[in-house]
Amino acid sequence: MYDSGKIILGLMVFIALFTFPTWYLFTGGEAKPMPDLVLPENEDQKECVYSAEYMRATHMDLLNVWRDKVVREGNRTFTTSEGKKFEMSLTKTCLGCHSNKAQFCDQCHNYLEVTPYCWDCHVDPSQLENQ
Amino acid sequence: MDITRRKLLKLAGLGALGLSAGKYAKIFAKESFNKISSMNILSSKRWAMVVDVRKCLVKEDCRDCINACHTTHNVPELGNKKDEVKWIWKEDFENVFIEQENHYLEEKLKDKRVPIFCNHCDNPPCVRVCPTQATWKREEDGIVMMDWHRCIGCRYCVVACPYGSRSFNWRDPRPFIKKINSDFPTRSKGVVEKCTFCEKRLAEGLAPACVDACKEKALIFGNLNDPKSEVRDLLKENFSIRRKPGLGTEPEIYYLV
Repeated sequence: MYDSGKIILGLMVFIALFTFPTWYLFTGGEAKPMPDLVLPENEDQKECVYSAEYMRATHMDLLNVWRDKVVREGNRTFTTSEGKKFEMSLTKTCLGCHSNKAQFCDQCHNYLEVTPYCWDCHVDPSQLENQ
Repeated sequence: MDITRRKLLKLAGLGALGLSAGKYAKIFAKESFNKISSMNILSSKRWAMVVDVRKCLVKEDCRDCINACHTTHNVPELGNKKDEVKWIWKEDFENVFIEQENHYLEEKLKDKRVPIFCNHCDNPPCVRVCPTQATWKREEDGIVMMDWHRCIGCRYCVVACPYGSRSFNWRDPRPFIKKINSDFPTRSKGVVEKCTFCEKRLAEGLAPACVDACKEKALIFGNLNDPKSEVRDLLKENFSIRRKPGLGTEPEIYYLV
């Protein structure tokens, strides 16, 4: 193999960098602290549309279903598998409870570096008040 | 059982008939299904608007309907003609009804401005050209709807619409909206928009914002499929015109002049 020294050294550097997050933690480094969510203090609505675990994992899919139902089918009421009814509206229903988008939605989205384009068009009413 | 050639042919014939019977049944079933679905269309709604130009011209510089629509739907005011986004706007009568050209136009219509917006055509050319079905005609009430999530900004519809009812967002509209209404989304850069006949307000049981805002009651909204509706009464009793009817788009905005 030509230039075996350079190649092996290069590979070692690559592997070292690639596995950095793992060995950094094992050698006593600290992970970025988990996002600190502020849950809504809503007396009449203790639970979200579904359980917190379900919502955490699939809220984006649920929102896509809501979007299609409202826009394409003109159907605005969502019935959960438990028979609870919700108006399918991001601004009214979701932000109605989670009025603190900056301390709730944005916390995880920023942590995971995702930028959902929902907010390009949909309005966060609390931000309007600040304006 | 011994089988002769004659018997075999008979049985084969019967079998073939039996096999094709299923197909016939399907064809007839489809026929009756089509009949039922077309009956559904007849019994469904057909939203339409009547614009009473005579009443509209009472207050000439009135912009009540435009302001109501544009504040309800977060329509930006970009301040230049090139980037302009509009849902309702006014145009000279001669330019609105270009097929009514007349050297001696009635004095009361000459140089008078008429409100125009999406015609919610029965045969909408914008829908035909949309490659993503971001715009489509709702079967249940005839509204030519828009799905801004799905629009890719190709602007085919802008070219196809013979009424100029569609506007393109050349830039992010948010900074140009004076007061954002949080009940309605804004649009983003690269998306086409137009009047939706206040589909959201209709779902809440309200009349379109422009209709509510018009103090002269010059805009009358209703269901054309209901023979007792106000729009049908008005069309029965008055001479009405539509924009570019010769194109076959079947616009559903009627003007009383």
